[in-house]
Amino acid sequence: MRSDVLIIGAGGAGLVAAINAHESGAKVRIITKEYPTRSQTSMAQGGINAALGNASVDSIEAHVQNTLKSAHGLANEEMVRFMCEQAPVAVNWLDSIGVCFSRTKDAKIAQRTLGGASAPRACYAQDYTGLKILHTLYDRVLACGIEILSERYLLNFITNTDEYNKPYACGATVLNIRTGEVESYESASVIVATGGYSRIYDKHSTNAVGTTGDGIAAAIRAGARLSDMEFIQFHPTALKNSSILISESARGAGGHLLNSKGERFTNELAPRDEVARAIHNEIEKGEDIFLDIRHLGETFIDEELPQERKLAKLYENVDPVYDLIPVKPVAHYTMGGIEVDANSQTKLRGLFAVGECANHRVHGANRLGGNSLLELVVFGKQAGESAAEYAKKFTKSIDITLQTKSANNFITGVKYFTNQIDFYQKREFIGNIFYNNAGISRDEMGLKAVLGAIRQIQKEIPFMGPKDKSKVYNTNLVEFIEFGNMVELCEIILVCAISRNESRGAHFRADIPQENDMAYKAHTITWKEDSVLCADFME
Amino acid sequence: MKIKIQREEVTEYEVALENATLLELLNEIKTKQDATLTYSSGCRSSVCGSCSVRVNGKEVLACGYKVQEGDLVEPLQNVSVLRDLVVDMERAYEFNQKAKAWQTNESNIALTQEDEKRNEVQSDCILCGSCYSACPVYAVNEEFLGPFALTRVWRYVSDAREAGVSAKIDTIQTNGVWDCTLCSACTVVCPQGISSKADIEKLRSKSAIQGYSDPSFANFGGGFGFDGSPSF
Repeated sequence: MRSDVLIIGAGGAGLVAAINAHESGAKVRIITKEYPTRSQTSMAQGGINAALGNASVDSIEAHVQNTLKSAHGLANEEMVRFMCEQAPVAVNWLDSIGVCFSRTKDAKIAQRTLGGASAPRACYAQDYTGLKILHTLYDRVLACGIEILSERYLLNFITNTDEYNKPYACGATVLNIRTGEVESYESASVIVATGGYSRIYDKHSTNAVGTTGDGIAAAIRAGARLSDMEFIQFHPTALKNSSILISESARGAGGHLLNSKGERFTNELAPRDEVARAIHNEIEKGEDIFLDIRHLGETFIDEELPQERKLAKLYENVDPVYDLIPVKPVAHYTMGGIEVDANSQTKLRGLFAVGECANHRVHGANRLGGNSLLELVVFGKQAGESAAEYAKKFTKSIDITLQTKSANNFITGVKYFTNQIDFYQKREFIGNIFYNNAGISRDEMGLKAVLGAIRQIQKEIPFMGPKDKSKVYNTNLVEFIEFGNMVELCEIILVCAISRNESRGAHFRADIPQENDMAYKAHTITWKEDSVLCADFME
Repeated sequence: MKIKIQREEVTEYEVALENATLLELLNEIKTKQDATLTYSSGCRSSVCGSCSVRVNGKEVLACGYKVQEGDLVEPLQNVSVLRDLVVDMERAYEFNQKAKAWQTNESNIALTQEDEKRNEVQSDCILCGSCYSACPVYAVNEEFLGPFALTRVWRYVSDAREAGVSAKIDTIQTNGVWDCTLCSACTVVCPQGISSKADIEKLRSKSAIQGYSDPSFANFGGGFGFDGSPSF
């Protein structure tokens, strides 16, 4: 049965969009490749920014200015202002539906300082902020009676063309992981909320294994444009061996970064791009890097950072109450994504985007901690309402025949790929060369070498394929398609990074370390024409 | 290191990994030895609830368990297996809907630190399903609302913002709080340190205040209360 609004992805952004589309009167269907509470949002620890001034004096203007500064000229001030103004409304709404925020002694929502913020602005729930927000949203979605279809993996968006030969989105083809069958869902509008692409860095990423940019790759294939794909945030403090995130709130609370000599070497509360580079430089000098929170004391650590203590013990065999925590910077958040307008609509009519997969131009070249949970609530509402509004006026016909057939051909055909090359090896290889050459510090030679390798891998894909040929619950097949999506995005990231001959925020070119506003204070826009990648800088 | 995995039949794998989590070991097998091995995983940091399995009969998160020589890994129980270690969670998740585990109304009552502490741990639930696998009541009564759904009801019932406590309590009387045997199996296996058993006890107290009583005792009375006086 057709829905008014089809939402792909059931993380925070997708669920907020679903609730708002539902409240706008639309019939909503959510599709997720996992289950709704298993998304990346569950891993957000630090908090959600809003200038409430509960912990000390703060203002919306300060929030705007901090965000713009960190964005290095690539954020849109109007969008940032809208987000920061809506922030208290967003937190108030989360509080009203039951999110268990930590509280101050005078019964207000507690706030703490994250990097790049001039005041304690991040509202939090211990270090389980994302988890508690996500689960409360899920409970809300249940209360609304919204349909959720789990374990369906997005293949492509369905597009039709109108009488002027202009395309519009009207559904999606998905692989039902449980049955192995292709399913097609018709919808008047579609919202993509599938998350970022940090897993390209494979084991050098804090992200969940499903963060493979599926929705972004499908969007550019369907005719949407992407922007600023070269901007990838490295979180300064992940556990050294496992890349498990240690929240920025550990530094916000007074944690120190130390090198092997036990010396501090940077301002721990600078924005993430600066801190990550400072650590990277120390590592290049042969230093090991540690996070030291021992002086915060056991009581504080157990109260504010319980998850960090548990994870450090499990993965590094260290107890942060008594020991230094070995850390390194790894890929954490992708600022780039699907280009959207002021209503969260993409260049493809009827396709809306929100959350990490979208680029609302609020993070620019470097996101501030605490702004990603905020973004998904503020723009999730906007996307949900816009998509519902669009659906109300939608009168066009929907024909899914062609795309259903092509999806079926693909799923049948992919199992006949020859399997002479192991894609898991290539996935690991890409993670390594991206981390080393397209990571915290880049240069033209390295980026071009990686692009050469990626183009080679693109040619080799028909010689890869799933080893597992079974129909039911074939995760090997899903991982292979995810791999294909990542390879598609790899090329785009590299083309953007090579074109941007300057350093800005998270994009640091060791060969050109200066910002160049004259030439590059613009967005890197990419799109496809007849499957050929095109790129340009645009305002 | 050798471990055994319950697939269609028990299969043994030998992996050269030391001091690894079970999830790291499963990943090693899938990417290097046997691409058909099927399991779920997500965050690697015990917050997404995807990778719950049983090791030597006890529920654990694969990402939070250090694997030992000779371990036997099996899927969760009391649930249909989709393939290898992957089970169908839909049924268990539906209990959240049946139990109406959400806040009835929107409210911005100012919560104190004390208010917030009341359900701090319960709101850490990750829906991994370990508690349903371990629950002996759910094993024999598939309509039992079950541990995580009842914990999530308590999470809202105990919240000062909830205005519909009475209706929430009404919802969990049948196949709900009184069916639990308070055996604590759920508490033992919860990776988040939640005791659904304790939450169910608290829901029973609330139910009693609201006039409900344990239906299994009511059957004994034959018109007389325990103090021997006639009840009307």
